[in-house]
Amino acid sequence: MEPLERYRPIVDDFEAFMAACRRPLGNAVRVNTIKASVDRALATLEEEGLAYEQADWNPRVLDLETDSPGSTWASFHGFTHGQEEVSAVPPVVLDPQPGERVWDCCAAPGGKATQLAALMDDRGTVVANDNNLGRISALRFNAERLGATSLAVTNADARNYSLSRFDFDEFDRTLVDAPCSCEGTIRKNPDALDNWSPDHISSVAGIQKGIIRRAIQATREGGTVVYSTCTFAPEENEAVVQHAMDEEDCRVVDFDLELDHAPGLTEWDGRSFDSSLEKAARIYPHHNDTGGFFVAKLEVTA
Amino acid sequence: MSHDNDGQRFDRLPATADERTVEGRATREEVVDYFADRFGIPPETFDAYTFWEKGAGKIWLYGGEASTPLEIEAIGMTCLRTRQEHWKPTTDFVQRFGRAATDCVIDLEPAEARRFAAGEDQDLERWDGDWGYLIAAHEIDGEREPIGVGLYVHGELRSMVPKGRQRDLEP
Repeated sequence: MEPLERYRPIVDDFEAFMAACRRPLGNAVRVNTIKASVDRALATLEEEGLAYEQADWNPRVLDLETDSPGSTWASFHGFTHGQEEVSAVPPVVLDPQPGERVWDCCAAPGGKATQLAALMDDRGTVVANDNNLGRISALRFNAERLGATSLAVTNADARNYSLSRFDFDEFDRTLVDAPCSCEGTIRKNPDALDNWSPDHISSVAGIQKGIIRRAIQATREGGTVVYSTCTFAPEENEAVVQHAMDEEDCRVVDFDLELDHAPGLTEWDGRSFDSSLEKAARIYPHHNDTGGFFVAKLEVTA
Repeated sequence: MSHDNDGQRFDRLPATADERTVEGRATREEVVDYFADRFGIPPETFDAYTFWEKGAGKIWLYGGEASTPLEIEAIGMTCLRTRQEHWKPTTDFVQRFGRAATDCVIDLEPAEARRFAAGEDQDLERWDGDWGYLIAAHEIDGEREPIGVGLYVHGELRSMVPKGRQRDLEP
């Protein structure tokens, strides 16, 4: 927990934040509307005698009272998919529409990519890419179990991603759910901070900057890029978005989010960021009893 | 002109036999007819989808944009195994599209359904329809829900649910 001390100046009610980080998380699942309506998924859980609670901000996100959310009929049928509540936020912010071309550039193991497909009524093209071949088998397994027919799975480094394999040369929307130091997953992975170091953060941030730049380049003018991480480190969040604004044609835009959150930072460690970064969202574990997350929404301007 | 199947890439199925250039490759028409003839799934169910072959006889169903041939990891889902005497649909296909089926669907009681999901074979003398690959289903909230593919022979229903998809479900 010690690495989190450095966030004392930026987190409201820091003691509540630390207390929440020490509490384990419940079992969250997302209803996969590709295979069942919310009503049918809930009826399936009820028939199995499983209690659940729907999230206030999203009726497709459930807190499920079971020790084995993967061994239910609802899961077997692909009506539900284990996915942390905050992890369901970025696809909702990206807001993809049926028929669009959407890129999820760091997609494995596929929870968000299949959620994108579901939000598009499984119509259009979701290119689910990941650079890790091992994790792609999990992505493929989940895509097929969840019945996502609009997914195309590729294995490449997002930083120099080529669209030559497709007939089109730009995306309407892109999700950059970047590899990160994962501080915000501490409630799920108690060892998340074991390898924490400033050097690690700085090397991950370098990768994130490469990915977000390519994402903006590959997205059409007027299109949307959402950048998210499951970490608190401003070096991996606001600083990466600032870098994208400095190097590429884009701006940070507002979005509605019915989960409690803090605004993005405009200052950290003696460095200031563009005031538009206040439009980004920092979701802390004590806000909604979830994991931690950062989300920023960008509009591509050229 | 005839070519061999290249197992490393996705090739879109020819619409009909007249357009076939790769020996032994199923056509879109044959695939859609198979689902209609065997299971009564209306052909128009697949109007918005394309069918592809990668690997020998493995057919993929895809709803997005792509040009053929295509060398990527996956598109859509595997739906059918061809290039063998009896074509065999996949569990995931049956769960996604099997609600539209009217024929060769075997309805299982709760205990039978649990055995099926766990990958077990079971004696089921009551089936008097066709032998071969069937859609196994059970009832959820008063509606039929397909579970997966079973092979019915000699009074026995063999679960074809792949190992990684098998689950022990609570009664």
